[in-house]
Amino acid sequence: MKLTQLSLFLENKPAHLKVPCRALADAGISIMTLSLADTEQFGILRLIVRDWQKAKEVLENAGCVVNTTEVVAVEVEDRPGGLADLLDIIEKAGINIEYMYAFTFGRGDRAILVFRFEDPDEAVTKLQAAGVGVVEGISLYSRGT
Amino acid sequence: MKSKKSASCGGFHPVSAPDYLPQTQLRQLQLARLKCIVKRAYENVSLHRQRMEEKGITPDDIQSLEDITKLHFTMKDDLREAYPFGMFASPMDEVVRVHASSGTTGKPTVVAYTQEDVNVWTNVMVRSFVSCGCHRGDIIQNAYGYGLFTGGLGAHYGAEALGATVIPMSGGNTDRQIMIMKDFGSNAISCTPSYFVHLAERALEMGIDLRDLPLRIGVFGAEPWSDGLRQRAEEIGGIKAYDIYGLSEIIGPGVAIECAMQEGLHIFEDHFYPEIIDPETCEAVPPGEEGELVLTTLSKMAMPLLRYRTRDITRMIPEACGCGRTICRMARIGRRSDDMFIIRGVNVYPSQIEAALLKVEGTSPHYQIVLTRAKGLDQMEVQFEVTPEMFGDTVGSVENLQRTLCHAIESTIGVRAKITLVEPHSIERSQGKAKRVIDKREG
Repeated sequence: MKLTQLSLFLENKPAHLKVPCRALADAGISIMTLSLADTEQFGILRLIVRDWQKAKEVLENAGCVVNTTEVVAVEVEDRPGGLADLLDIIEKAGINIEYMYAFTFGRGDRAILVFRFEDPDEAVTKLQAAGVGVVEGISLYSRGT
Repeated sequence: MKSKKSASCGGFHPVSAPDYLPQTQLRQLQLARLKCIVKRAYENVSLHRQRMEEKGITPDDIQSLEDITKLHFTMKDDLREAYPFGMFASPMDEVVRVHASSGTTGKPTVVAYTQEDVNVWTNVMVRSFVSCGCHRGDIIQNAYGYGLFTGGLGAHYGAEALGATVIPMSGGNTDRQIMIMKDFGSNAISCTPSYFVHLAERALEMGIDLRDLPLRIGVFGAEPWSDGLRQRAEEIGGIKAYDIYGLSEIIGPGVAIECAMQEGLHIFEDHFYPEIIDPETCEAVPPGEEGELVLTTLSKMAMPLLRYRTRDITRMIPEACGCGRTICRMARIGRRSDDMFIIRGVNVYPSQIEAALLKVEGTSPHYQIVLTRAKGLDQMEVQFEVTPEMFGDTVGSVENLQRTLCHAIESTIGVRAKITLVEPHSIERSQGKAKRVIDKREG
């Protein structure tokens, strides 16, 4: 349903992306998916990991500015039109998307889309009402293994 | 034990008696001391004698406190030119201590103390600690630097004479400061306000909340700081933060101090005679108006200074203080006439930028101002450390924050600044005075 995403403030400078990634690597934490927003001056790294509490602690100890945001994970078929069909539903429900990114587990014919909505609770209710498969965190994390 | 936080706010201490002198008695004391010190300066320091001769006056021309305006001013440069011992009024066998300023450009300025001077300094530091609510039995962690800088030893002797237990930490070594603060149960800390905030934040990273410790008082000085920074220091530390003022040329810390009212600093005017002048015309400003603080040492033996231009901008507060002290009171010093910088023709003080930034919710007091010149035009960049409280997950929210900060600065000083958000800890932490301005402009 709702997932906790970590977002990190990064200066747009060489080697600044490496610091959090190395910290997670050293702690044995695997990144399930990520997205990086960039501007001329700074970037925002968004991460989905299994144990976000532990990851947050590791990143904060590495000196990163970390925030948490609730995002919504939706499963679609990995085929042409999988996303477009979902966007039709979202449009009809009158929900605005702040940003989104996607990932697959490299097997099967399913893809997971991660959405940031202004009001995640409202979005989940509307999507479920429209019959969209909103993915529970626990089931999502268990799939990756 | 939470109750320690709200323990006693001071009370009377016999050493503080001069703080409550009746006005007539205080003026008599000042005049008697002024006459002596002018004579001493005239007879023993060639610079003072020459300046007085140029003005055609002798010590006999000082017959009232108002006559002080007949005297010349003494400047920082005068002290530099007299390097090292040219301003001393005592023979070296009476000088028991010297201190020196950091001397960021060229030679430092050297100051001297006889045993009597050290005793006076200790006396005003005891009165300072009492004014902040420290008392016998308190554990005072002194994190001012020990050495040529006056902060460390000045606070040290005062705290000892008060009957407190001094931890002579000196500056730096933050993790150790925190460990000792926690293990020894320090009740008060003396250091620069910017360093205290750094220390409190570091403690949180180490899992220690200063609000849970017996610490209740901060005696902060050696750099101008805003009320916004005071609020941050008090919140993060669970303390009362008091402003202490001093300068090595006059004696060191202990020239003036806040009381429990936290509405201006009481100047120990039985030893330091204050005037407020217009820095351009050098004339006295009307009572209560802002100008440059000028100080005359009334009892300094080894190095008397007549009408020393401090460069610090303040004003006198004429109303009687609620604490009952009768000695005069000046407003907190928010700026120095020499840390002002001019950008596109506008006079700006770092403290104005600090005040503007700290008005924005969730901001940290870690910032630096970088001045550059591009195509003949001055550019001001304010680098500012992002905190989790002020940072969102969308580009829009971060850009909004930049706009808010930019607007806060522009509406305060009238000049547009480029706001650069930087990662935490990327602005260098000072163990002493924070370096706020980096001027890369040429010429």
